[in-house]
Amino acid sequence: MQRRDLLKMLAAAAPLAGGAGRLMAAPAAEGAKLLVVFLRGAYDCANLLVPISGAAGDFYRASRPGIAVPRPGEANGALALDADWGLHPALASSVMPLFQKKQAAFIPFAGTDDLTRSHFETQDSIELGQALDRRRDYRSGFLNRLAGVLGAGPLTAVSPIAFTDQLPISLRGDAQAANMALGNVGRQGIDARQSQVIESMYRGTALAQPVAEGFAVRDEVLRAVKAEMDAASRNAMTAKGFELVAQRMARLMQERFDLGFVDVGGWDTHVGQGAGTGYLANRFEELGRGLAGFADAMGESAWRDTVVVVISEFGRTFRENGNKGTDHGHGTVYWVLGGGLDAQAGGRVVGEQLALTQPAALFQNRDHPVLNEYRAVFAGLFARMYGLSPAQLDHVFGGVSAKDLRLV
Amino acid sequence: MPSIPMSIFRPGVALAALLLAACGTVPVPRLAADPVDAAAQLQWLDRVSWGANPADAQTVEAMGVPRWLGAQLHPGPAVLPAAAQAQIDAMRISTTPIDRLARELEAQRKAAEALSDDDAKTAARQAYQQTLNQLSREAQQRFLLRALYSPNQLQEQMTWFWMNHFNVSTRKGGLRELVGDYEEAAIRPHALGRFRDLLGATVRHPAMLRYLDNAQNAGGRLNENYARELMELHTLGVGSGYSQSDVQSLARVLSGLGVTLRDDGPPPRLPAAQQAAYVRQGLFEFNPARHDDGAKTLLGAPITQRGLAEADEALDRLARAPATARFVSRKLAIYFVADAPPPALVERMSATFLRSDGDIAAVLTTLFESPEFAASLGRKFRDPVHYVVGSVRLAYGDRVVSDVAPMLGWLNRMGQPLYGHETPDGYALTQDAWASAGQMATRFEIARAIGASGAVLFRAGDKAPLEKPPYPPLAASPVVRTEMASLSQATRAALAQASAPPDWNTFFLASPEFNHR
Repeated sequence: MQRRDLLKMLAAAAPLAGGAGRLMAAPAAEGAKLLVVFLRGAYDCANLLVPISGAAGDFYRASRPGIAVPRPGEANGALALDADWGLHPALASSVMPLFQKKQAAFIPFAGTDDLTRSHFETQDSIELGQALDRRRDYRSGFLNRLAGVLGAGPLTAVSPIAFTDQLPISLRGDAQAANMALGNVGRQGIDARQSQVIESMYRGTALAQPVAEGFAVRDEVLRAVKAEMDAASRNAMTAKGFELVAQRMARLMQERFDLGFVDVGGWDTHVGQGAGTGYLANRFEELGRGLAGFADAMGESAWRDTVVVVISEFGRTFRENGNKGTDHGHGTVYWVLGGGLDAQAGGRVVGEQLALTQPAALFQNRDHPVLNEYRAVFAGLFARMYGLSPAQLDHVFGGVSAKDLRLV
Repeated sequence: MPSIPMSIFRPGVALAALLLAACGTVPVPRLAADPVDAAAQLQWLDRVSWGANPADAQTVEAMGVPRWLGAQLHPGPAVLPAAAQAQIDAMRISTTPIDRLARELEAQRKAAEALSDDDAKTAARQAYQQTLNQLSREAQQRFLLRALYSPNQLQEQMTWFWMNHFNVSTRKGGLRELVGDYEEAAIRPHALGRFRDLLGATVRHPAMLRYLDNAQNAGGRLNENYARELMELHTLGVGSGYSQSDVQSLARVLSGLGVTLRDDGPPPRLPAAQQAAYVRQGLFEFNPARHDDGAKTLLGAPITQRGLAEADEALDRLARAPATARFVSRKLAIYFVADAPPPALVERMSATFLRSDGDIAAVLTTLFESPEFAASLGRKFRDPVHYVVGSVRLAYGDRVVSDVAPMLGWLNRMGQPLYGHETPDGYALTQDAWASAGQMATRFEIARAIGASGAVLFRAGDKAPLEKPPYPPLAASPVVRTEMASLSQATRAALAQASAPPDWNTFFLASPEFNHR
């Protein structure tokens, strides 16, 4: 590690002392909203957050002769974020403006110590959020445990939801959590009377809760979609894909839910991923548009209380593979967006960092190392967002020692 | 409601007699307890098949569960009803061998790209894409027709299971035209055979080689994707002790196994020394020039063979590993018994797996003979594909549908499209993946779609009017009448509130009882 980086680390990552005065005051938790966006498939973080300066930039471009994002100023080149880092150009009109408004931050060298390099194994382990040296409990995801902790204290009426077809592992557990995919909301054929009769068959069975919750959430979603259609009839632009989903999420989170989860697939770029343009660029573009649209649709006041964290199971190989793509790696880059990010974080690249200037700096001579362990980072964020105590944090992430990146 | 005597099923038909005669030589499982009453037999049928229907219930009644199971475990060629077979026979995937089909498509693609007029090129590209979509849709339709009507119900259940275990997805490029052949040539023939044969067939099929990028895996330009998933998902299971260096070794073993669209012309220009090692079988190719020929160690032992034979050596080692026996047995037990299968049962199945050198029918025999299996009947939540196929089998029995497209739509809405799971882990087999709030709400919509207007399955075209009545005669089904006695009070009370037959059907298909098997 270089001295400069060590200093950076010391400045940015002082561990949380229990009950330190830095913590956000508990009352601030009221109205706090969190959305976790999981990029499934391990997106290529090296082409999101691009080393642009000196030896690190040279090593990056030499490692990726066919897929490196060009330097700032070149055609389809990276957008300079600071002296060291550039952003993928596909985010120029979506996330870059948020970064400039100090409403976006990036945490490089983030991830888990899970080393299987298996998508499924690592996605599961991240969503579970349990200590790696213990037997896994697949019925307890970290967002569900967070909901449990919040419901018992700072956010008594906490209402979690996954905007997915299936209830993701992160939201499985004792706390009630709803789910509903928002991409394709069709006409409903089961009317209110039929809903009641069906609910009555399940009363007292193991499925009573999801059946009842399913009908309730369906009604909420239909109300949100109706509002959208009213807007569309006043000539508002109609969005598609993730952008449409993101707008609907915003509507539901503004009104009813305060803990959200969504996943976006299509990131497993083993072959032909492109550079400043191409396949991955298109995925970034769509994602960025959705995130910016979400911020916009939340409205200024709710956005100020909202934090969006974009994560992925791991990074990809630092070097390009034989097919102009990248293979499974280790460390990745998390994104943090929100209208109320701390001045310390908004518009910055934060957390412990390392200049990757030579093969020896890579983890196992192939990947980004993990310097900002995700449970510690999330615990630090939750402490600030919700004013959670060390005991509460320990319930969410057993055995964690929180890392305060002063994100909010 | 009074209990229903066994004689409610229609009088015996020739089919049952035929099956009785045919199964005289196959081994008959020794069940923990032989289910003799109609309701118990229906539970077995419901779990082992794609869902109880009157015709199969009659066969089970005629043969008894043990002999019927024996016949299911050791099936002969499947004879489908003529109306179903005719639909299959009319498909392009049924009439064109896969290598010819792939070459025809490549010619179509090249012809489209060669057009100089932009509009013409756009139109030709669209036509090409539509052809690919049509081919994958044919494969989906063919699968559903077999699941609905094949007398070899267990073979069809296992075909789906292995398609899911060795998952490929038409959402990846180059797969839509191959997925039908993958199921037909690599999976179904081995679905109840030897695991090693099944594994070997998937490794040599172009669908798998493309899906997990092995077609691009070459010495010096390794792609680890397939090697990793082959150990993690297809054989040993994650956390069973293999290392990153095993993954790399296996990737090197698999380097050079790929796909070729060349026809019978000479092999690509190869050094004379490599000519003899070149292999082309249909679309499968082993190209020694792309193979990493260096020494390799896999799972602690050296690979002794060279060239393509390395792959067979590695697959032998993986297929016979105790970790594989356990991993596959456990997954089968999750599919057929319970989300958290009894460890003792999994142990016995693993022992059978190892003793029989991976004889899948033998492993399933151990499963079916177990008291754990009998005790689990009626308690496994139906995932969407079992829900949709089971509903249609129950609702319309052996009356062959003329259009399965609505079923494909229902599966899409429920999040389990055929060949549509993008990642190689396949769909989850457990309830927690399918019974969330949103999924239950969608499921009840599908219950209504089938219960109130199942006639969409018998339409001549999208715009044709529905037959009358547009709902299935569910309450009159002998299977449903047998099951009525075991419904809970709450379900019976709900059914009593039905305002009309479509309402009754919807409630029945939405009931907790029908949503488990």
